[in-house]
Amino acid sequence: MIELKNVSYSVFDKDTGKNKEILKNINVVFPKNKVTVITGHNGSGKSTMIKLLMGVLRATSGEILLDGKNLNEMSIDQRAKMGITVAFQNPVRFKGLTVRDLLNLASKSKNSVVDACEFLAKVGLCAKDYVDRELDDSLSGGELKRIELAIALAKGGDVMLFDEPEAGIDLWSFDALVGLFKELKNKTVIIVSHQRKLLESADYILLLDTKKDAILGRRKDILPLLDSPKCRKLGGQII
Amino acid sequence: MSEIAKIDKELLGQVADLHSVPQGSFNIRKNGESVERNSTKEIQIVSKKDKSGIDIIVAEGVKNRSVHIPVIITVSGLSDLVYNDFYIGKNADVLIVAGCGIHNAGDAKSQHDGIHTFHLADGCKVRYIEKHLGIGSGKGEKILNPTTVIEMENGSNFEMETIQLGGVSYSDRKTTAVLMDDAKLVIKEKVLTDEKQTAKTLFNVTLKGKNSSVEVISRSVAKGKSKQKFISNIKGQNECFGHVECDGIILDNGVIESTPKIVAENINATLVHEAAIGKIAGDQIVKLQTLGLSEEEAQAEIIKGFLK
Repeated sequence: MIELKNVSYSVFDKDTGKNKEILKNINVVFPKNKVTVITGHNGSGKSTMIKLLMGVLRATSGEILLDGKNLNEMSIDQRAKMGITVAFQNPVRFKGLTVRDLLNLASKSKNSVVDACEFLAKVGLCAKDYVDRELDDSLSGGELKRIELAIALAKGGDVMLFDEPEAGIDLWSFDALVGLFKELKNKTVIIVSHQRKLLESADYILLLDTKKDAILGRRKDILPLLDSPKCRKLGGQII
Repeated sequence: MSEIAKIDKELLGQVADLHSVPQGSFNIRKNGESVERNSTKEIQIVSKKDKSGIDIIVAEGVKNRSVHIPVIITVSGLSDLVYNDFYIGKNADVLIVAGCGIHNAGDAKSQHDGIHTFHLADGCKVRYIEKHLGIGSGKGEKILNPTTVIEMENGSNFEMETIQLGGVSYSDRKTTAVLMDDAKLVIKEKVLTDEKQTAKTLFNVTLKGKNSSVEVISRSVAKGKSKQKFISNIKGQNECFGHVECDGIILDNGVIESTPKIVAENINATLVHEAAIGKIAGDQIVKLQTLGLSEEEAQAEIIKGFLK
């Protein structure tokens, strides 16, 4: 079970000369082995929350706990070894490292084309066309995004974080993507998304709003809130 | 196996991927002398009469053959200068593996200057690999100065991989090429320096012929207090295409200097130079950390991939 306890995160705003609070006193317990979709308007701190959970960013105050264990002092790689895995919103490009290299590093083993095929097929890519490709500018944004998902699947873990996994993925393969998250049973899956289909497939929804407290609830209870005109006005509309 | 034989084997393995006697034509030069050779009818290897070195003559139309001509130096205080000329016949298609490894266990400097001149006839195709390596615990410097001259006739094709993966105290790599019509040159350079090492590279390419093209891809990593200097000078004198891509990673107190020069002397010449030098991008390290690698492990993997 992963949880945020009184977590705040602020950054220094050069324009105002003051600290800007991105997340304020957040208390959330992500339900274990369920799919939770985090949604909210731009700037509500969704990606920040993913980065705090992974340890890429450090909370200004508060605690992040995994099965009761405080993660605050844990580095990114320590958290990765404890079973937290992330697929970033903007995947990184590497000159020289191939898709296979990353899959090998992720799964801590040498992947044959057959093994790599398993992970790449899940994200709709043909392994033999991709395993030896470099993760450089020759890949399109959508291809890179799928590979990022495949790398996360190859690593595995009990807590899987996906930041806007649908961005850049063409609509025809969208159902497959939704299916992919449904397959991740027995894992705590946390997805940042605005996509209605993903929200509709979630067990829980966490609604972030800079002006209000965060709300976590079952899908059926939160979805109607998102469709309210007031929410749309705030920019928290779903697509 | 004696210690000496072990060193020979290690050097030959690393610079020329030789783990046993190679197939086909070869010449192994050790400590300034040719110690083993096989000359075939298709690819002849002949000692020069006027100076130190060999002529490698590839007959017209020879396909899918290879030549290995590694050089190893295992003594301290030796300075070796060699001239090798390659005459590649019309429409031949060969792989040439050169390279030099120095094992210097002493305190005096050991140096190898290899001057390789390629004469490529019409329509031939050459893949040329040279690796440079320095090992040994002595204080003596390990110096390698490879000079490559490439004369490319119509429709010839030359792909060069030049690799220096550590241990070389000083290197001055000079490559000059002149390309005639439809000739195509690809150069891939990889250089890793550390400690107080210095590596210099100069590429002088003249695109003389119509539809000639050159692509230079240089990737370098400078660690410790090492210094690298990269100069490329591409001249387009006809309807031609030239592309230079120079990427450098600096770590610790490493220094990389890159000087691009492209000169278009013809209205239809297209020449491009891209250069980027910097530390390893933080988000690359973070990504690998999210896979469970420590910062140091992530850095090592990124460099390994970059120089692959």
